[in-house]
Amino acid sequence: MKITRIAPLAAGVAVAVALAGCSSAGSLEGGSDSTSDTIVIGSQDYYSSEIIAEIYAQALENADYAVERDFRIGQREVYVSEIEDGSIDLFPEYTGPLLSYWEPDTAARKSDAVYDALVAAAPERLNVLDQSSATDQNSYVVTREFSEKYSVTSIGDLATVPVPITLGGNSEGETRPDGPIGLKSEYGVTVAFTPIEDGGGPLTQKALRDDSIQLAIIYTADPAFGSGDLVPLADPEGLFLASNVVPIASDKLDAAAVKIVNAISAALTPEGLVALNAQSVDDQSPAATIATEWLEANPVD
Amino acid sequence: MSLWNEALAWLLDPVTYTGEGSIPQRFAQHIAITLGVLAVAAVIALPIGVLIGHRRSGGGVVVVLAGAARAIPTLGLLTLLGLGIGIGLGAPVVALVILAIPPLLTGAYSGIGSTDPATIDAARAIGLSEWQIVRSVELPLAAPIIVGGLRSATLQVVATATLAAYTADAGLGRFIFAGLKTRDYGELIGGSVLVIALALVLDACFALALRVLNRRSHAPSSTARSEERSI
Repeated sequence: MKITRIAPLAAGVAVAVALAGCSSAGSLEGGSDSTSDTIVIGSQDYYSSEIIAEIYAQALENADYAVERDFRIGQREVYVSEIEDGSIDLFPEYTGPLLSYWEPDTAARKSDAVYDALVAAAPERLNVLDQSSATDQNSYVVTREFSEKYSVTSIGDLATVPVPITLGGNSEGETRPDGPIGLKSEYGVTVAFTPIEDGGGPLTQKALRDDSIQLAIIYTADPAFGSGDLVPLADPEGLFLASNVVPIASDKLDAAAVKIVNAISAALTPEGLVALNAQSVDDQSPAATIATEWLEANPVD
Repeated sequence: MSLWNEALAWLLDPVTYTGEGSIPQRFAQHIAITLGVLAVAAVIALPIGVLIGHRRSGGGVVVVLAGAARAIPTLGLLTLLGLGIGIGLGAPVVALVILAIPPLLTGAYSGIGSTDPATIDAARAIGLSEWQIVRSVELPLAAPIIVGGLRSATLQVVATATLAAYTADAGLGRFIFAGLKTRDYGELIGGSVLVIALALVLDACFALALRVLNRRSHAPSSTARSEERSI
């Protein structure tokens, strides 16, 4: 009895495994088929990264470059070696995390210092193009109401707030140097801590709006900022590592292509990146549609 | 093996036993959450289960509902509730109560419902009221199965109460989340070991209680055991 029941299941699993094998083999072949002057563009396995990569792709296609999309590759450990060995020619990266990957001991924290260090740290045959003003990094956030009531626009302003402040965030934040410890040592701000394990997601944002917590750590490019009732606080001491959007390119991009990509970086603002992400998360629009609309609104060639 | 050594070192470190967020404090919070959730769930589930079991109707619906409720992913439910209620202990407690109700309900109605009809007819014949039948005949006979349901609910709640730390500064789950996120695997495993130890101790208590109850209700031990398993 048992065997007859298991047999079709086993067959199903075998088919599924075979199909999975086919599809991955297919995409790998696609990678090696490309002709020598095709620009291969990669992206992280992160919707925001994919949108930016798609913008690069469409802008280059509009300028008659041959482009191949190799999106959603995964985490930095996986794709950086592919960029370094030349399998990928163009990749939207983030300055701070990439610098930390190449130089784990770097002391650079703020945007320009991180960018300069990144240019110096990049391997010989890779070019770090212009960084964008758009960032995707941790930030301390309060509600607009709180910000206006106590005139808080920068982290240091929290020191003058007369009410007790509770920071809500992932439990690791409690002991990290950019958590309550850093707030105290860099800004003289004392906060209580409560764990909310969703990484600045909806639960954290609700707690902030409910005033269960007064301070949260949320990514600067989070679509939540589109609604305007959350205010990221300035971080003049560089508690959080700067993480500007920056294209990493191989020599396969000629001067004209580099100019196009740099024009995209110049046109992409922090608010613009939030809006792109909101289109993906809130409206569930595909990356290609979002990119086309953005390029229509921000012509770069 | 070094991970186990790290866990052991964490468990033996005197620092983790004092101050805010110490092991005894988290342990007490964890037990309080577990007992509180079980009490609320029992107040909701046991009367309904006993009523359905006594009337011997409506059981089919309960089986379906209880079965469906078991399939609810607690973390998803917790996030959903958290978006409604906000952070703190409220959302995890409600999510855990919903987790604990199905085994309690099933234990109560199947225990009461499996009382021999001839025994109940005899009780009715000697003039016992319906309430007296429930109290003096059905409940004592069903006690092993009801406690079996409570045992199953307790194990699920004590293990899942670690999720309280998802939205609140409470319970042994704090060690697990903090250890996981900071890659302090000693703390992660140490916290898990504490939860496992607590679960085993509670289960041993139930095993003992069941042995006593089985003896008292004079049920043949083999039937009681097989029914206990079917819960």
